[in-house]
Amino acid sequence: MQSTSHAFKDNAHEALGNRHLQSALDKMRAGFPQRRLDAIGKLPEFEDLREQGREIKNHVLENLDWYLERYERNVIAAGGHVHWARTPEEMRQIVLGLCRKLGARTVTKGKTMIAEEVGLNDFLESEGVTPIETDLGEYIIQLRREPPSHIIAPAIHLTKGQVEKTFRETHTDLPPDRNLEEPRSLVAEARTMLREKFLKADVGITGANFLIAETGSSVIVTNEGNGDLTQLLPRAHIVLASLEKIVPTLEDAAALLRLLARSATGQDMSVYTTVSTGPRRAEDPDGPGEYHVILLDNGRSGMLGTEFQEMLRCIRCGACMNHCPVYGAIGGHAYGWVYPGPMGAVLTPSLIGIENAKHLPNASTFCGKCESVCPMKIPLPKMMRHYREREWQRRLSPPAARVGLKFWAFLALRPPLYHFFYAIAAQVLGLLGRRQGSFYNLPLAGAWTATRDMPAPQGRSFQEMWHQRRKKKAV
Amino acid sequence: MSPAREEILGKLRGALKRGPLTGERAAKLEARLANHPAGIVPRRSEGLDRKGLTKLFEDQAVEIATTVERVRTLADVPRAVADYLSCHNLPAEFAAAPDPLVDKVPWSERPLLKLKRGKPSPTDAVGLSVGFCGIAETGTLMLLSGPDNPSTLNFLPDDHIVILPASRVVGPMEEAWRQLRESRGGAMPRTVNFITGPSRTGDIEQKLEMGAHGPRRQHILIVEDESLR
Ligand code: SF4
Repeated sequence: MQSTSHAFKDNAHEALGNRHLQSALDKMRAGFPQRRLDAIGKLPEFEDLREQGREIKNHVLENLDWYLERYERNVIAAGGHVHWARTPEEMRQIVLGLCRKLGARTVTKGKTMIAEEVGLNDFLESEGVTPIETDLGEYIIQLRREPPSHIIAPAIHLTKGQVEKTFRETHTDLPPDRNLEEPRSLVAEARTMLREKFLKADVGITGANFLIAETGSSVIVTNEGNGDLTQLLPRAHIVLASLEKIVPTLEDAAALLRLLARSATGQDMSVYTTVSTGPRRAEDPDGPGEYHVILLDNGRSGMLGTEFQEMLRCIRCGACMNHCPVYGAIGGHAYGWVYPGPMGAVLTPSLIGIENAKHLPNASTFCGKCESVCPMKIPLPKMMRHYREREWQRRLSPPAARVGLKFWAFLALRPPLYHFFYAIAAQVLGLLGRRQGSFYNLPLAGAWTATRDMPAPQGRSFQEMWHQRRKKKAV
Repeated sequence: MSPAREEILGKLRGALKRGPLTGERAAKLEARLANHPAGIVPRRSEGLDRKGLTKLFEDQAVEIATTVERVRTLADVPRAVADYLSCHNLPAEFAAAPDPLVDKVPWSERPLLKLKRGKPSPTDAVGLSVGFCGIAETGTLMLLSGPDNPSTLNFLPDDHIVILPASRVVGPMEEAWRQLRESRGGAMPRTVNFITGPSRTGDIEQKLEMGAHGPRRQHILIVEDESLR
């Protein structure tokens, strides 16, 4: 997918003024966090499970090469195929090669962020293979030719009115006077439209929530059942997964599944958790005749062994964005690439380069909520800080900010000078602002005062009062 | 071997500052796979007897909008299925798994019920399968693909009925894995389906709607007969 992360500020500005988006985000902020709380409230072991999840993934990352080889061996033993892709381009070519070999004209797709990452849909289309998204949210945004705005709820930025309009424009064979007012009728219409596609598709492509080394299995988790129809009905099932999706055993998968749905949607378990191992067996009445897994690196090997390694524990639950005040204000599209919110603010610069995404690690208030809800205990704010440091070292931050910060650092390293300047500034601002009580506009801080007022200082500084208090005590 | 594979593995090893794992470290990983230790298991299903497990399973299943009926023996199944079908205005014809347990049901007692054995056609409104396990912890069904239970039965029909002997209800998912390992000597079926309620979506304004792509309704018949395995 083409990135617009460099234009984050403009994107965000636009998002704040988008009425539809803001009404959709209101609903999100009210929904996800409460459901998560309700679910973990019923599981006293949740905190311990987080710690355990963190350990399992850390263990995998330390031995990732070994587990990947073992996983590969077991996929092959079960009659499947494993392909390795260093780059998005390699992954696209492997998918296309398989489609060509199978004579595939249409491909159904379960929700996969990896396919978004490598820009698969546009590519397949340009090569004459029609991809059909089957997750309801993905289907809607595919019709609208938009990217997903959330990793588990891709159409969360839309209102039902917008979906209705899209369906009316696309499903032109249906009676124009049909009632599509309620989500129920929209869901039913999509179900009917997609059922046909499922039955006709030649190849089914899904992502993977986990890859199990012990058995060579891939695991997908959905609520709709679209992922299952996608992999069950066509002649071949292709799994797209990134390297770090590995877990050692079935038991480890069980342990992480307890975290995933609760953190994502506040369910104990998502409706369908499907563990697939190889193609249809000789005696099986259904299932795909071929089973392929394509493993994607695309920069992940470069994160291993660095301060960003911990990001590879991510299980893509979306909790960090559901709880993020910045995501909650601007939605996912403003982030400009596949992965939005706090996890995107770390992952995007890791995968496409900090020079292309330098605003993202700054799009944070550092409130720390993301880390506190992350089931894998990923220190997201710490890693954003690392990126801010890199940005500084590589002189990617804007000149005004650099000069300002340097000046501030000069003063802060000299406390007497700092207090001297501070006292003067407080007095001057206090005098100037005496009449109005606050400033609506400040020179050099125009961006700040554009959206808020700065209260005028009221006399003495904290430091002054502190010193006086100490003096008094000493007396 | 593909150059991509070698390069990726090489990069990973470079990042981890070591070569391929051998000797003791590899042996430790082998042992971890061979022993597949279970981690923290939620206490909610701990120490429950058969009755307790069945109750927890039923409570959890109902919570996620599955409907459950308990019947005493397999002989009660035809009546229960007929009632379910008529209560929802469904046709008396349905696709049924070729599972041996389905053969033991005295269907002839309800001559109006018409069973089609095997995988469903796209027009079949109702499917009937047999559960491998019921997981009490979350009210989840575990179904295995294979000649006895085509997986399409779990997804294509609008209504999915599952027969589950109470003796197959276990506590946590780890126990279900244990049963699978024991019953097939560690071999995995092509698909293991864990199903926790009917299909749903919240993709439009987060409003929960049932029947997105899979069954709109999920109905479980728990057969209490202790002699059934
Ligand atoms: S970073 Fe944590 S909270 Fe965010 S998606 Fe990944 S696992 Fe979930």
